[in-house]
Amino acid sequence: MSDLILQAEHLILQPAGLGINDIDQVMGGLLSNKIDQADVYFQMSRSESWVLEDGIIKEASYNIEQGVGLRAISGDKTGFAYSEELTLPNLLNAAKSVKSIASKGQSGIIKPVSYMQSPALYAPLDPLDSMSREDKVILLKRIDQQTRGLDTRIDQVIVSLIGAYDVILVAAQDGSLSADIRPLVRMNVSVIVEENGRREQGSSGGGARRGYEHFLEEDRAMGYAREAVRLALVNLEAVDAPAGNMTVVLGCGWPGILLHEAIGHGLEGDFNRKGSSAFSGRLGEKVASPLCTIVDDGTLENRRGSLSIDDEGVRSQCTTLIENGILKGYMQDKMNARLMGQTSTGNGRRESYAHLPMPRMTNTYMLAGHSDPADILASVDNGLYAVNFAGGQVDITSGKFVFSASEAYWIKNGKITRPVKGATIIGNGPDVLTKVSMVGNDLELDSGVGICGKEGQSVPVGVGQPTLKIDGMTVGGTHD
Amino acid sequence: MTNSVVMDQMGEQKTDRLKNIAADIVLEAKKQGADQVETSVSVGQGLSVNVRLGEVETVEHHRDQGVGVTVYKGKKKGFASSTKLDSSAIKEMVSAAYVIAQYAEEDPFAGLPEKDSLATIFPDLSLHHPWSVSAEQAIKMAVICENAARCYDKKITNSEGASVQTFEGTHVFANSLGFNHGYSSSRHSLSCSVIGSSDDSDSMQRDYWYTTARKASDMEAAEKVGEVAADRTIKRLGAKSISTRKCPVMFAAEVSSGLIGHFICAIRGGNLYRKSSFLVDSLGQQIFPSFLNIYEQPLLPQAMGSAAYDSEGVATKQRHIVESGVVQGYVLDSYSARKLGMKSTANASGVHNLTVAPGGLDFNQMLKQMDTGFLVTELIGQGVNTLTGDYSRGAAGYWVEGGVIQFAVEEVTIAGNLKDIYQFIVAVGNDVDLRGNTRTGSILIEEMTLAGS
Repeated sequence: MSDLILQAEHLILQPAGLGINDIDQVMGGLLSNKIDQADVYFQMSRSESWVLEDGIIKEASYNIEQGVGLRAISGDKTGFAYSEELTLPNLLNAAKSVKSIASKGQSGIIKPVSYMQSPALYAPLDPLDSMSREDKVILLKRIDQQTRGLDTRIDQVIVSLIGAYDVILVAAQDGSLSADIRPLVRMNVSVIVEENGRREQGSSGGGARRGYEHFLEEDRAMGYAREAVRLALVNLEAVDAPAGNMTVVLGCGWPGILLHEAIGHGLEGDFNRKGSSAFSGRLGEKVASPLCTIVDDGTLENRRGSLSIDDEGVRSQCTTLIENGILKGYMQDKMNARLMGQTSTGNGRRESYAHLPMPRMTNTYMLAGHSDPADILASVDNGLYAVNFAGGQVDITSGKFVFSASEAYWIKNGKITRPVKGATIIGNGPDVLTKVSMVGNDLELDSGVGICGKEGQSVPVGVGQPTLKIDGMTVGGTHD
Repeated sequence: MTNSVVMDQMGEQKTDRLKNIAADIVLEAKKQGADQVETSVSVGQGLSVNVRLGEVETVEHHRDQGVGVTVYKGKKKGFASSTKLDSSAIKEMVSAAYVIAQYAEEDPFAGLPEKDSLATIFPDLSLHHPWSVSAEQAIKMAVICENAARCYDKKITNSEGASVQTFEGTHVFANSLGFNHGYSSSRHSLSCSVIGSSDDSDSMQRDYWYTTARKASDMEAAEKVGEVAADRTIKRLGAKSISTRKCPVMFAAEVSSGLIGHFICAIRGGNLYRKSSFLVDSLGQQIFPSFLNIYEQPLLPQAMGSAAYDSEGVATKQRHIVESGVVQGYVLDSYSARKLGMKSTANASGVHNLTVAPGGLDFNQMLKQMDTGFLVTELIGQGVNTLTGDYSRGAAGYWVEGGVIQFAVEEVTIAGNLKDIYQFIVAVGNDVDLRGNTRTGSILIEEMTLAGS
């Protein structure tokens, strides 16, 4: 039995008086009807958050959650129940209500348990214990004081520190039993600056599947602070953003949310199985310029969007979505893969035991090209250079997507001129990447801040890209 | 009738059980050394079914429970929450809150609300109407709804399905000032989302409609929800972008609540004391045109935002937030109120049935009044900066000329500054959307910047 399974059993099952044999019994209950797929998902998570504001530690909170989700699938029909009470009678009851999704028939065969282990992409540590409470307080206060010292125009500083320890144990109908222990930390600094009565804000942060030491290494914590202050000061100078269709150059790293919105969601298996995505039925077609190769990669060590195994116990992988402009593959969970005659790509994710898994992204990014970023800017006569974003959204059926710039500049005759105010940029997913005319050699991944929402479920994700030139997007400013 | 009386008794029993747990938590925290405590305990259950293309897709049984506690040691605050309600888990949770409170710092503005602000009268707001619908019945209803949408027009070619959801739960709040009260509530909904495609292009459009109510019998008929979803989808077919221009913009009722939501966000205490709002010091200022009134109606029976007290136990009251265009009050909890030297407005858990007084025009008259401009029916993306008031969002809707819809529009943005947008409101319709916590008709803005192809 793997270490992780032993630890998960110790942390979740034992305190509730349950054992691995009980899972067999619950699975037996689930499989007494015609069921194609079933799983039992146990979860225990602890999280904390610390917020410094007005120079003092103002809010500190601690949360503990545990529960179990039971799922049975017959064809494309899913029965689901969950509970916070981990008792055998309760689990058997839930199994009974869940399996009624399928007609009675030949009982499924209960397979002997096989213990699965995938190479861990992160250490199975509890980040809450990775630093003493005293040191967390000292860290926040130091960042606050040093940030205030960066510029006399700083009026407000808010520093937050969040850590989560997530333990899962998932048993599937094929007898497989898998476990994962997922640390996650996040830090954020936001500031408000004021000059001549004008107030602007800036915010920056990062995170990883590690302990809090992540923020001490490479001076990361103060790096976020300096970046937040820089952003706020840039915005003090910003003039009204332009309105209309124009050339847009996107910076490297976090602007990769373009890929997440424009094509990522549209390539999730569920929408394509149902034919509701603007990319449905287009495998093998050209959907981007030949300069574009895009992957979803859950296997990057310690990254926020990475998973050693997904929430269905499937090992993460690097899936090529678009290769040299050609649509190559979808992101799949077990159910949608089975119904489409494909195999799971390890993208079956769920927010918690109380939510159903579905295909979700991990770390989605475009591979580096050959252009020097300086040459990309120099090639633009008039256009927008957008380097930071606040978020985005997509309508997967029409393919229309938006993302909102929080730091942008006007390019004139190949040179960056003045900063312009944040504006929403809107485009059409299936054709925006056909307009990519230059790809930089400066691939960068984001600092670990992404949260993706889909059908009410939030999961941590990563994005990345090199500098990109797009020949024509609609920029939603106010200035002609 | 008999049925509902039995149900109410069950609700009361549940409330009593949770009140006991809440009282234990307050005692436990005091025992551990806390000076002040507040706690909330809730349990709930529900059923959600989804059907697609006439077949059941998911049946979900929900059962939730949760508890949270805030303890104050002097003016230091700690919070903990858990999904376990047994007594050892509760002890552990209280001690976690107490321990972290030691690491927080003295904040002179922290603490429970003033005792005289707490609710003492608890009117029956008729919020609890459980619906004992079986999974089979719910599936049948969803199928009827989706069928109505799919049969509405041959241009409806695919479906994201129809779903029926029902939820009922009990929530108790208690604090160390002697407050301990709870109530049960229910919420049911039916929604449908379908996809259309037109013969002359390979592009697809999706739209949806939903109905929601405290009482299942108050929901719109399943057929009606399906038909509206289908009609909205078909009308979007053939949508195109239009050129960049300045023009009048009318927010349809289903999206205009967002525009009012940005105002509420900007007068929320947290944004005011941090001076991270474009409406700092707006009390007494003319922010809207003088015909505009916005008020809160927390005690409306069966409404979605009704509550006799907020999440700190502070008594809610009916009040004007905007009268004749002038800001009459902010949206405060007890902490931000103290920071601002004011009194809590009982909005620790948000506003309660926020209502924009309807004007005299219906939807079609509003279109006539706009004459030529852009009617928005969907907004996407964030794009709202509460600190500066800058507004820029993705939009879809219709181009209108001579008060008549001409064609569907997509892939455009609308932008402006909220300060100007609010001053430029020309009319509020009487086509009020009653489904949510913000009740407003469509809103017509004299001019915004539309960016497109």
